[in-house]
Amino acid sequence: MMEKLKYALYTGCTARESTPELLMSTMAIADKLGIELVLLDEASCCGASHLQDFDDMLSLTLNARNICYAEKLGLTMVTICNTCQLNTAVTKDRLDSDEALKAKVNEKLAEASNGELEYKGTSEVKHFLYALQDDFGYDKIAAAVTNPITDINVASFYGCHNIRPSHLQNKSNGGENPYKPVSLDNLVVALGGNAVEYESKNKCCGFHVELQNPQTANKLSGAAMLDAIDQNADMMVTPCPLCHLRMDVQQHGISKEIGREVNIPVLHLPQMVGIALGIEPKKLGLHHNVNQTGLNLK
Amino acid sequence: MSHKHGIKKLKIKVFRFNKDTDYLPYYDTFEMNVNQDELVLDIMNRIKWEHDGSFSYRRSCRHGICGSCAVKVNSKPTLACKDNVFDLVEIYGEELVIEPQDIKRAYKDMVIDKENFWNKYNSVQPYLVADINEFPTEENIVTQEEAELIDEADYCIACGSCFYACPAVAVNDEYVGPMALTKAWRFNADVRDTAKESRLENLQQLGSGIWDCVKCNECAEACPKELDPIGKITKLHLQTFEEEKSLNNVAVRHAVGFKWSIKKHGILDEGELVRYSEGNIGVMKHIPEAIAMFKRGKIVMPWNMPKSKNLSEIQKLVEIASTVKY
Repeated sequence: MMEKLKYALYTGCTARESTPELLMSTMAIADKLGIELVLLDEASCCGASHLQDFDDMLSLTLNARNICYAEKLGLTMVTICNTCQLNTAVTKDRLDSDEALKAKVNEKLAEASNGELEYKGTSEVKHFLYALQDDFGYDKIAAAVTNPITDINVASFYGCHNIRPSHLQNKSNGGENPYKPVSLDNLVVALGGNAVEYESKNKCCGFHVELQNPQTANKLSGAAMLDAIDQNADMMVTPCPLCHLRMDVQQHGISKEIGREVNIPVLHLPQMVGIALGIEPKKLGLHHNVNQTGLNLK
Repeated sequence: MSHKHGIKKLKIKVFRFNKDTDYLPYYDTFEMNVNQDELVLDIMNRIKWEHDGSFSYRRSCRHGICGSCAVKVNSKPTLACKDNVFDLVEIYGEELVIEPQDIKRAYKDMVIDKENFWNKYNSVQPYLVADINEFPTEENIVTQEEAELIDEADYCIACGSCFYACPAVAVNDEYVGPMALTKAWRFNADVRDTAKESRLENLQQLGSGIWDCVKCNECAEACPKELDPIGKITKLHLQTFEEEKSLNNVAVRHAVGFKWSIKKHGILDEGELVRYSEGNIGVMKHIPEAIAMFKRGKIVMPWNMPKSKNLSEIQKLVEIASTVKY
């Protein structure tokens, strides 16, 4: 019997606000699989893709502080948002490879916390997807499936910030190749579903320019979604709540921009796992998804 | 680098098109025995020399420095004289598809019209602007530290791998793209240059400049010289604020808004961030999606806005770690 897996969970902001279903379903499947997740309630926002464009030092210290709380628990930090993963991993990488920078950041952390916090570099940071793949194991997930998603064509949408830049991401994502990612597809298969082959699975959804350039954002997510639909996908699944916000919430705007109707349910990774594990839809927050097509099917 | 040895029988599909004579492009397939030392360029040479002399592609130095032979293999940006064929087989299996960087711009086979690429490059003043003394009496010394600010951007070989991998470039004709921005950084980081401010002003324009990068990191993945173009774009962002050249637009307010939101709640106040970024009138266009989200319980009301534990610690950190004024 394997020792029970235990992680510090950095939820990020969206899981506490606009995608509550992500946190609900994450906790529900962890509970079902016997994985313990300790919430890092002290954590702040990671700054998404924006704060580091404005103030590099502030971005570094905030992310270092978040990691400190996982280090204090002596646990690996897991993330459930690709962009949180990238920012946290970038911070860790920069601090672990630059003693002078680490000292500078630690000086600020010590001052802000009255000497309580020090970034040491002792906690790993990985996305929950890769904790499931590499630590828990898909074979054990497959063994726990009670409600296989048989005959459902699922298009995996990986999201940029879990797979690129690969020299950094490969430290925590089991060597996933950004040009041919497989982790999510393999999970779909482990749950009994059909993994849809389509070219756009590793492409960008455009979330980060949604405000300043909605045309770009809509064209990018639209192209990916049409690709999935044209390859007969019944639903899409993503490990990133920002991709999810783009592709689930914005289907109307996307359809208008690209001139073709986009209508497909988009699930969060743990929602898909939860369905296959037979967890009741309410606990997976399926009622929070905007596109409800087929979500009441089982 | 490849750990696989020997000879493999591969199926090589190549894109063929002649703008002058062909109505539609097509693919030729060649079965070839390839050994572990061969590069994509060797394969293209063999196709031309041994199979079809009309096959066209650009090549010159064969040493990864002229940037001529960039193509795509199974849609992966590839500098043909650098990438080993067996490494690609490891990713894609024994059928490889060689295509030009941008199929839509093909002239003949791998040769594409790069006018869009060079126009973007020319638009950023990609040269040193400096008052040079024609008859200097002493050296113009740049220290090691000063030279390092350029962060190897001067190693760019203008192969176009990043540009034709960039999804923002693909859907937005205005956007100057990662190569031009890398070049802009190369000169903006040069202590001798005097055009920094005008470059920064131009690059602030929404639609064409730094704020239209989608942050996908495709350029970092594509660059054969490992120059991290997106890292240079970030440096241009930071320089904009350091030099106080930022405009007051939605993208800038969005970046700055994170700081205010973190200071107030620790975590982000998503609704307030959109309002802060768009302004009270601009935010109106988000009402339809806000209603859809509200119906599904996806909107947190201001009075229910969660806060991080130990918020005062975060607030103090924001105060002492901030280095930029806005």
